This record gives sequence, structure tokens and C-alpha cells, in this order.
Amino acid sequence: MKRHCGGGAANRGLTPAVPPSNSSGFAVLTASAILTDGLVYAAYLFIVAIGLTLIFGVMKILNVAHGSFYAFGAYGAATAVGIYTNGDWPAAAGFLFMILMGMAVGLVLGIILERGILRLVYGKDEVIIVLVTYAVFLILEDVIVLIWGPQSYAAYQPMVSAGNTEIGELVLSNYDIVLVAIAALLAGLAYWALKFTRYGRLLTTVIFDRETAAAFGVNVTLVYTATFIIGAMLGALGGAVMAPKIAVTLGIGVEVIVLAFAVVAIGGMGSIEGALVGALIVGICRAAAVHLVPQIELFVIYGVMALVLVVRPYGLFVRAQPRKI
Amino acid sequence: MFLFAAAAAPLLPDWVVSLVTIAFANGLVVLGLVVLWRAGLVSFGQALYYCIGAYAVALTARWTGFTDAFALVVIGGVAAGLVAVLIGFLLARYREIFFAMLSLALSMILYGVLVKTESLGSTDGFSVATPTFFGYAPHREALGLALYWLTLGVDAIGAVLIGVYFRSVAGALAAPIRDNEIRVEFLGVSVTSIIHTKVVVAGILGGLGGALAALAIGHVDPNMAYWTTSGGFVFVTILAGAGSVAAAFVGSLVFEGVRSFAFDVMPQLWQMTLGSVLLLTILFLPDGLGSVVARLKRRGEAKS
Repeated sequence: MKRHCGGGAANRGLTPAVPPSNSSGFAVLTASAILTDGLVYAAYLFIVAIGLTLIFGVMKILNVAHGSFYAFGAYGAATAVGIYTNGDWPAAAGFLFMILMGMAVGLVLGIILERGILRLVYGKDEVIIVLVTYAVFLILEDVIVLIWGPQSYAAYQPMVSAGNTEIGELVLSNYDIVLVAIAALLAGLAYWALKFTRYGRLLTTVIFDRETAAAFGVNVTLVYTATFIIGAMLGALGGAVMAPKIAVTLGIGVEVIVLAFAVVAIGGMGSIEGALVGALIVGICRAAAVHLVPQIELFVIYGVMALVLVVRPYGLFVRAQPRKI
Repeated sequence: MFLFAAAAAPLLPDWVVSLVTIAFANGLVVLGLVVLWRAGLVSFGQALYYCIGAYAVALTARWTGFTDAFALVVIGGVAAGLVAVLIGFLLARYREIFFAMLSLALSMILYGVLVKTESLGSTDGFSVATPTFFGYAPHREALGLALYWLTLGVDAIGAVLIGVYFRSVAGALAAPIRDNEIRVEFLGVSVTSIIHTKVVVAGILGGLGGALAALAIGHVDPNMAYWTTSGGFVFVTILAGAGSVAAAFVGSLVFEGVRSFAFDVMPQLWQMTLGSVLLLTILFLPDGLGSVVARLKRRGEAKS
């Protein structure tokens, strides 16, 4: 009796097979299933949320169109998978191609959006900019239909070809393990880049206080553009890595934004550690809900978010700002 | 304006009447958003109250068999208002982005609960019993007209009351709160309680709108609490601008018209049309359609 793990967005309500007669064994099994499922879910949430929190931290823009980056990344990846399966490439090369394709899509989209539209609304009220990104999101949803059509795509080949690993009673998909590895790598990379590279430190200063940074001669406009593009690429990367696990169809952008918002709100806007912790919290809570009380699955994520916001109004890793006159 | 619309009703075709009914029901929700928008707050979760109002009506009709339209609408408003009072304690502490996001989260919580509740039909929702009006039970066109007039009536009452509110001290404080909250507090006014009041007012209006919409559409489903529904209301608020009470309803009408038109002409691209209209409005008409009307009025006055 094996417990199959790997709950992606499309894989809900895992039911255990016949439980072992040993009840503590069952508890351990459920706990480890929750942990692994939670980690996988947290990994994908982190990859998506890190872009969102970065864009907000630097530019103070809550980018609703981030869901579009995710969707474009997923569709781009699906196209890439189509190309490489028809061309019969080796699996690893195909996977790399898929990731690169996703990120390229993010790059192009980020440049277009930032230079084209965001530039026009920079000075305005934060909330107005959110509405602008919402409008852009609506437009991009239909652009997806224009480019890829309304049908769904299945890009499961990388997941299937990766195979499974068995750890004791748990069956894990190798693809999920790779996903967690990518997320961990990304977290480490982000931490290193922010602390030890020149650009990373510039970014930190701009996050801290834009005006002072500009006064010191930091080219804030360039930092804005670069950040937005990086954020876009990360969002698209999130979509690309998730493409093999889900049905790539209309509406995936919509689902993911609200989840990403919850993660970022819990962790604190602009905080990368926050995105990591928020993703872990949301991931594990959701996995617990799915395994134990499936009815509250959707509720639990937003409930946790509301709870965290009651206690720490700006998220876990952001101090309350003093009000300025 | 309302009198004109009410009088015109019997002359208009059925589909216009139902479109306008829904537009005006939504307009009430938008009016609530305008109340908040004047204080600089955008709530991305008005769908919460809209859905509560709608479900309150539907459930009352379903569980008690009570179908009097007037009572149902009041129940919807009261239910949403009570929730708004509770939530207001939490929400009034926040501003700007966090206000928007927290309200979003709360509406999504309701969505999540409703979707998972099998007894309430999960994602399908369920239909609302046909309303009666003090014992009188109209059918079809007469029903459509009755609902239309009911909506107009509720809207008119709401519009008058909100107009009074806007001209009162509390309403006039909205702009100062938006501009510089701390100085308003120096005046000795409790900004938090004013914002709490605004949240409750918006909640009641949202609930009334939802109740009317439930009666007009005849069906409720969890999608009424989804964030894209809230997004639609916010869209109309931007389109209309915070200038006047009438703007909310005119904006709602324009929105429903544009949406139906877009759906008819290019069904696959209606979201893009909506998004583009929103974008263009923000870029070129940041104060909404209401400001265009105000500008025309001023030009007219200047000439004479």
C-alpha cells in the first residue's frame, strides 16, 4: 500500500488507500504525506510569489498582471513541450528548453508592459496602479486566447518521463523533487544576489527608501525596469515549471494571483524571506487541509491570511511603518 | 433621473428592462464603493456583501417560504450590514493596498466556504423563488417591470440618503481623510470610526444591491463572491468617478451596456475590451465619466 504524493493545482483531495492496521503508522504516513505535499506546493507558490513581492517591494506596485506572467509562462512551456516531444529530444534538454522558453516569454512580456504601459502611470496613486495592472491582466487573458486559442493543453511529458521515487510508504514524483530543488535554489540565489552583488544592494536601498536612493545617484528608473522584468521572468518561470503538473487552460492566471497575494500578504510585501515563510505556511496548511479536512481547503488559505493580518498588519517580516504627515 | 427611468419602463423592450434592472442593482453596490472611494479607499471585496445579500434572500425564500420582495431586500441589506459592522472593526485599521487586499481575502473566504458547501449547491448555486409584492404575485413581463420599479425605488431611496450623507459633516470629511488623515485626527475626529461607518454603509448598499440582483437574476451562486465580481464593481467606480451619486448609476448602466455589447460583438474578447476601456479611462479620464458631466456643466454655466 503506497501513498501517492504530488498534489498540484489540479490534483485535489488525495484519499489514502486502505490504512495500515497500525494506527500510529497511519499518522506518521499522513504527516509525512502532508509535509511532502506541503513542500511541493510551497515550492511552486514561492517561485510565483517571489516575483510579486519583489515588484511590490521595489516599485510599490501590486501587480495583478503577475497572474498573466504565470499563465504566459505555462502556455509557453506547453508550446515548448510540444516542440521537443515532436522533435524527440532527450528529456533533460527538453526540460531546460521548457524553462528557458517560459522565462523568455516572461522577459518579452515584462519589457512590453513596463516600457509600454507602466511608464505612463508611475506617478499616480498606488491603488490606481493596481487597477491599471488589473486592466492589463484582463487584456492579457484574452491575448492568450488570441495566441493559443481557448482549448487546454497538456504538457505532462516532463513529469511522466522523470519517474517516481519511493521513500518507505510514500511515492514521490521526481518532478516534484526537482521543483522543490529549483525553489530552494532560487531562494538561495535571491539571498546571495541581494546581499552580495552590487545590483542586489542597490535594490535593497531602493526598497528601503526610493527618494534617498535617488538622491544618492542610484538610477531608480533603471532599477524599476530591471526589477519588473526579473519579476516577470520569475512569474513566468513559476508557470513554466507548473505546466507539466496542471491542465494548461484559461483561468489558471486568475487562480494563482489570489494565492500569490495571500502568500505575499502573510510574509510581508517586499520581503523575500517573507515570501519563503509565507509559501511554506500556506503550502503546509493547504496540504494539511487537503489530507485531513478537504472541505476547508480554500477557506484555510484565506483564513490564515486574515489571521496573520490581524496580528501583524503588514505581514510577518515587515515592521509597521510610522505614519508620515 | 429615476422618475424618467421609471416612466420609460413600459415602453422599453423586455431585455432592456432586465438589463437596466441589473445595472441599477449593481449601481447600488458601486454607490457603496463611491462612498469609500471618496475617502481614498478601494475595497476589492464588495462582492462579499453582494453575495451575502443575495444568499440571504435566496436562503430566506428557500427555508421559510417567505417571498415578499420588500422584506427580502431589507433582510439582504441587514444581513450584509451586520457582517460589515463586524468586519469593519478589522478593516478600519487599514488603508490603501492592505485595505484592498484584506477585503479581497474576506470575500474569497466566503467564496471558499460556499464552493465547498454541498447543501447550498456548491459552484452551481441554486435558484431564487419568485418574489411577491405584498401578496401580489406578478408573472413574466409584469414581474420584470415590478422588479425594475422595486430596484429604482430602492436606488432612489439610497441615492437620496447617500446624497444627504455626502452633504453632512461626516461625508465632507471624506476628502480630508483621503488627503491627510493625521491632520483630521488633530481636529479631534476619530478617523477609524468614520471609516468604520463608511464600511458599514458600503456593506449595506452592497447587500441591498445583491438582494435586488438575486431577485432580478433569479439565481445565486458562489461566483457572486469571487474577486472578479469585486473587480467589476471597482471597474465601474473608476469609470463613474467619485463625483456624484448619479455617476454611480450612470456608470453602472454604461458598464452593463458595454459588457453586453462586447459580449455580443466579440464574445471571445470581451475581457480585453473591458480591460482596454478601464485602462483608457484611467489614463485619460482619471476622474471618471462624472467629471466629464461636471466639466460640461461648468462650461455651460461659464457661457451664460
